[in-house]
Amino acid sequence: MLSFSDISKFIDSWLRDIFNPTWTMVIEMMIAGVCVIGLFAVLGLVLVLMERKVAAWIQIRLGPNRVGPKGMLQSLADTVKLLVKEGMTPDGADKFLFNFAPFIAMMVAMLLMAPIAFAKDFQLWDMNIGVLYFSAISSIMVISILMAGWASNNKYSLMGAMRSGAQIVSYELSAGLSILAIVVLSGSLNLNDIILSQADGWWIFKGHIPVIISFIIFIIAVTAETNRAPFDLAEAESELTAGFHTEYSGMKFALFFLAEYINVFIVCAIGATLFLGGWMPFHIGHWDAFNHVMDYIPSSVWFFGKTFFLIFLIMWFRWTFPRLRIDQLLNLEWRFLLPISMFNILLVTLMAILGWHF
Amino acid sequence: MVEEIGTTVEGDVLINVGPQHPATHGVLNLLLTINGETIKKVEPHLGFIHRSIEKMCESLTYRQFIYVTSRMDYLSAHINNHACALVVEKGLQVEIPSRAKVIRVLMDELTRIASHELWWGAMAMDLGAFTPFFHAFRERESINDIMEETCGARLTMNYIVPGGVMYDLHPDFQKRVKDFITLYKLKIHEYDEMVTGNIIFQNRMKGVGYLSAEDAISYGCTGPTARGSGVSCDIRKLYPYEVYDQLDFDEILETGCDSFARYMVRIREMNQSIRIIEQLIDTIPEGDFQAKTKAVLKLPKGEFYQRVETARGEFGVYIVSEGGNTPYRIKFRSPGFSNLSALDQMARGSKLGDLVAMMGTLDLVIPDIDR
Repeated sequence: MLSFSDISKFIDSWLRDIFNPTWTMVIEMMIAGVCVIGLFAVLGLVLVLMERKVAAWIQIRLGPNRVGPKGMLQSLADTVKLLVKEGMTPDGADKFLFNFAPFIAMMVAMLLMAPIAFAKDFQLWDMNIGVLYFSAISSIMVISILMAGWASNNKYSLMGAMRSGAQIVSYELSAGLSILAIVVLSGSLNLNDIILSQADGWWIFKGHIPVIISFIIFIIAVTAETNRAPFDLAEAESELTAGFHTEYSGMKFALFFLAEYINVFIVCAIGATLFLGGWMPFHIGHWDAFNHVMDYIPSSVWFFGKTFFLIFLIMWFRWTFPRLRIDQLLNLEWRFLLPISMFNILLVTLMAILGWHF
Repeated sequence: MVEEIGTTVEGDVLINVGPQHPATHGVLNLLLTINGETIKKVEPHLGFIHRSIEKMCESLTYRQFIYVTSRMDYLSAHINNHACALVVEKGLQVEIPSRAKVIRVLMDELTRIASHELWWGAMAMDLGAFTPFFHAFRERESINDIMEETCGARLTMNYIVPGGVMYDLHPDFQKRVKDFITLYKLKIHEYDEMVTGNIIFQNRMKGVGYLSAEDAISYGCTGPTARGSGVSCDIRKLYPYEVYDQLDFDEILETGCDSFARYMVRIREMNQSIRIIEQLIDTIPEGDFQAKTKAVLKLPKGEFYQRVETARGEFGVYIVSEGGNTPYRIKFRSPGFSNLSALDQMARGSKLGDLVAMMGTLDLVIPDIDR
């Protein structure tokens, strides 16, 4: 069966036949870079369309249905419109920081693509600290938001940026602690090892209630980290018009917009990897016949299926819940989520030591 | 200058919400003095949509000026027209047919429901939930269809004229209204599931925007805003007009004094309106829909005042007549203006996000405030 790893191995061996190892590496890096940019663009288009379709479905309307078959080219048309639009810089803005901020947002989103295992043996960078890398890089996102808010020279932008700063820094803690639960259980920071440790069942099924709790906390925390409703206080269009990107237009705005959706994809991919087994098919203990049938479904289908399920979940939140207030948002984190996840990590550790999990 | 720098002497930030802002639902400008997220002062600045309607009415005849009032509180255009028609009838001392009375009340209550539906959707949108808006519009749409059939218009109906109503009811009216009541009863539970029962929503509303009964009275608040503070002020009960004194309905009072109380008043008021419609829809009396009036109406010399209960509160029309065919002076008492004036009292010390929620519960319609 043709899989992503076969293709990558074929390209690798073909290049090694032609070039020496150094040049092979350079060319492979360039191919990987092009692939990431391609994936970035395609995911952006798909997710924006998906968001609009999900919203339309929840709001009893049709959604985009004019451009292309069933409106599938709508986001492409929107992108063209944003590309030809003038990217204005306000008069009082700090021009360098103002224009630089969207690129940081995009760079962070691209860097986060590196450790994700899209399919079996198909990963850009199989590093041994994958989980730590994810937590570290995703916190850089707040810098671009703060930079954009500060440099815009607009009070609404500044307030949005300050809210976002408080929010992301707070929710990083419980996101980190809920990730730690899986690290404790699987005994590795390497994302590939974590996936392989779920060969006889995903952690969400193997880990009893504590892992389910950390899964729920993870979903809440990453929704807040990616500034999605009901935690979209940084944008809060009914309060702050558009929050930190009030002054942005054209492609500079589009980069923020794309980065938001790519971040949603990435956190969902990480969530799927840690709790739902990544590309690992649905296996039940020693039911070998059942497991074998499940193996026939390609690993990339499993990965993208789980990821898009989580993305749908996050979109569902957005179109159903009202927004929290800033003090309620911080209360939720410091009074509830953080103590719960701290206690939860103790339970998970106890469970891992005593071997109570399946 | 203080406003140019954007900060006050104490170091608080001045921020303009509006006239172009998604939360103000129109061209209202609020000058906020804030310290971080905390609001210290709210200064509403009006006049962005002033059309001098009162002055315009002085040069229009008693038949004509009613149509201008549809453009004030465009969400309860019927009830505005109703007040104007009533005050002219009071001056002329015309007795209008009972069929016209019932039709007027039916239309008023349908308008009230439509207005509250839109308020519900818009308020949820202020809190960041978009979906309720579309669900509210689904029900509001069927009311608009009923209006369109009978009145020929969907928003500014201009259906009520001095002496009765302009046309008779559409033959399908009763059926359509009954269909609407069925739809409404089928869907109203969605409102509670989606918004009222939501924990985030309740946390955003309860204990926020406190307006005591004394303050509500001293600011002249009326309608659901005052009834949310436990002030009994339903004109339909206190000074009944048309057939309201023969109807069986409750004045909704909540004593929470907060945003949630004002929210609940409106939600429960919709049910009372349905109750009124149900009582009247099968017993619309036969007969004329318009009393015989002269072609040119001339009010006798004197002063006339009539108040009605709109979806937002007490709406009053005051006419000074010199005996001619146009009013000498006309003054509208709009509910939104007094309700808005209480915003500063309510918002002080709360967070910026709550200000938007409070404005939502006041149900402001800016053309009504500015006229």
